[in-house]
Amino acid sequence: MENFEPTIVAFCCHYCAYTAADMAGSKRLCYPPNVKIIKVPCSGKVDAIHIMKALEMGADGVYVAGCLEGDCHFKSGNVDAAKRVAYIKKLLDEIGIGGGRVEMILMSAGMGERFAQTAADMTEKIRKLGPNPVKFAPKANKAV
Amino acid sequence: MITAERKPMEELIECLRPYHRILLVGCNECVTVCSAGGRKEVGILSSALQMAFMKEGKTLEVKEMTLERQCDPEYVEELVTHIDQAEAVMSMACGCGVQEIARRFKTKPVFPAVNTTFMGASERQGVWAERCQGCGECVLGLTGGVCPIARCSKRLLNGPCGGSTNGKCEVDPDIDCVWQLIWDRLKALGIEDRYEDNIAAKDWRTGRGGGPRKIIREDLVK
Repeated sequence: MENFEPTIVAFCCHYCAYTAADMAGSKRLCYPPNVKIIKVPCSGKVDAIHIMKALEMGADGVYVAGCLEGDCHFKSGNVDAAKRVAYIKKLLDEIGIGGGRVEMILMSAGMGERFAQTAADMTEKIRKLGPNPVKFAPKANKAV
Repeated sequence: MITAERKPMEELIECLRPYHRILLVGCNECVTVCSAGGRKEVGILSSALQMAFMKEGKTLEVKEMTLERQCDPEYVEELVTHIDQAEAVMSMACGCGVQEIARRFKTKPVFPAVNTTFMGASERQGVWAERCQGCGECVLGLTGGVCPIARCSKRLLNGPCGGSTNGKCEVDPDIDCVWQLIWDRLKALGIEDRYEDNIAAKDWRTGRGGGPRKIIREDLVK
């Protein structure tokens, strides 16, 4: 398990975290390549099923990165996303996958450092938690 | 609408343990509106069940379907082409939907994924409250449109009782005393004198007291 490199999916809001990632790049800040970014128009666009599917397909961790409180371009998408993340955390605890694999993070477009730091922290946290227990499990045939 | 809540995952996983292929069926009506068993919840539960099984080194093949109305035989019939491939069915509809599937497919085990709770209305996004107990003899016309059967902890027809304090019920301070609500409403309508009228004892046979009920509309029966 020492060589375990987690795969982390980050759903990043176009108006903050995605731009912050760009900022991190412009500032030549290093962050772990484990984080795979998916750009979304608002963190409120991220539904429970997106987080579940990412984990089901083998992601070791998932985080949703939205705007700072009160700064959502669509008024309350970040607050809605935080509630969904809390709901999924509970569900993951119930099925033994562990709610700690999922987080909600807030940042602004100018926080390149915070983006890089979050990516590093999340990678470290998931590395400690170990691989997603379903990652290498045989998958059921797709029902048609 | 009929409201419901998903059962604990442990209970759901336990009843599906003997199976490898299931049909997970949602309903597009009440349980969709109360976010308990619509298409979205079917997807999330399917994913959660599959992960729970994979974690134990097993697989569970889940066919997801969401019917227009699970309490109508016409829509349940849509399962015919899929039912043979499934060893069991898990229904996310209210108890009516679960029973309709069990009635139609007599040799197929059917499990409820939700606990059906009450007939209610949504107070605001994400909050539902009990409003009707289907007593079979509506008294809302006498009580200003506020139901003492569903909303009074004691179902008092002539309240309030001594447990009403500052408009709240003694059972739980979060419960409004419905007789306070009825009084406020009668006052707003300018018909406070109606409060003095005694409501006659109710014939509970129109409710569950008379056993399971049935409605037969001769003009519609075929």
